[in-house]
Amino acid sequence: MHELSVCQALMSQVNDIATQHQASAVDTIYLQLGPLSGVEPDLLQSAFPFASANTVADKAKLIIHLAPVRIRCNSCQTESEVSSNRLVCQACGDWKNQLLSGDELILERVELSSTHSDESLAV
Amino acid sequence: MCNTCGCNITPANKYLLDTDHSNTSVEVLQNLMSENDRLATHNRQHFDEHNVLVINLMSSPGSGKTMLLESTIDALNKQYKIAVIEGDLETENDAERIRAKGVTAYQITTGSACHLDAHMIHNALHHLDLSNIDILFIENVGNLVCPASFDLGHHHNVCLLSVTEGDDKPIKYPVMFRKADLVLLTKTDLLPFLDDFNPDKPQEHLRQLANAAPVIQISAKNHAGMDHWYAWLSNEVNRHHKTDQSRLAMSSVRRAHER
Repeated sequence: MHELSVCQALMSQVNDIATQHQASAVDTIYLQLGPLSGVEPDLLQSAFPFASANTVADKAKLIIHLAPVRIRCNSCQTESEVSSNRLVCQACGDWKNQLLSGDELILERVELSSTHSDESLAV
Repeated sequence: MCNTCGCNITPANKYLLDTDHSNTSVEVLQNLMSENDRLATHNRQHFDEHNVLVINLMSSPGSGKTMLLESTIDALNKQYKIAVIEGDLETENDAERIRAKGVTAYQITTGSACHLDAHMIHNALHHLDLSNIDILFIENVGNLVCPASFDLGHHHNVCLLSVTEGDDKPIKYPVMFRKADLVLLTKTDLLPFLDDFNPDKPQEHLRQLANAAPVIQISAKNHAGMDHWYAWLSNEVNRHHKTDQSRLAMSSVRRAHER
């Protein structure tokens, strides 16, 4: 289970962002995750409380957006949504294609509470 | 209603999710592996400066990674200077097997960690003399899941699949096998005893993952197919040297221009 390592990397990025913006707390963390990243969303959710304990994000919600696996066929240029273990064109069946999405492991957005409630930081 | 899938958000409480003015929303769009990837790039620069070809060996436990290395060292040790980084949860057993062949082996014991990462490899580099190595093998922790997510700074992924495993392993572990630059079907000397392993299937399954990597059938025991593996390796060493030389030539041209 490498999700704890991934979660620790996430917390390091989130802590840096919170420090940069002088935030008192992190409210919500938005991730984008594709099945070909090799990271299981459920395991990441279970690892999150351990990685975020005693950090600025210890009360934060982790919201994971799942990205579909999409390919573009090299021969017929058709784009199709496929399962993670059958990356073949849905139109012509060719296996030579480009991956358009499905391997994402991206920190999209972080919502922070600022120390001074009257300050609205535009980022 | 749960707290995970979003079914707890109703029209009545949705307003709680809206950002209020005391909050800041920061767009990041950064890869979670960016710190590992940064270190991996740094490791790769070290390898390229010293003209070292680095091969990351990944497979399930017991597929024959260490035995493959023992045979490869026997066959190529006169031709190339070889070194090995061994990744295991516990013990120095594999490193000792490699050292018995007269080759430098640095053991990383990961404890409970199920994979190697770029940081561990970077630390290991302090124990190796890169100027005295042509090929560095990294024997990753035996695991078909976790190692696939971590770039170490290597040049090629070589995945082993032994014929005592299922021939559908590539589609069971697509993340790992999608990243393979070469697949070695190992222990083929056992094929006559196994009627349920079709040696053509792994390649079919690999193509289903849109992976054009070659598949070589080998037996480190009776040496069948090993010459194909050595030829692949020699070809990669030559290609790597050429790339490094052109990279060096480019940088000396650039330096001359700067003068």
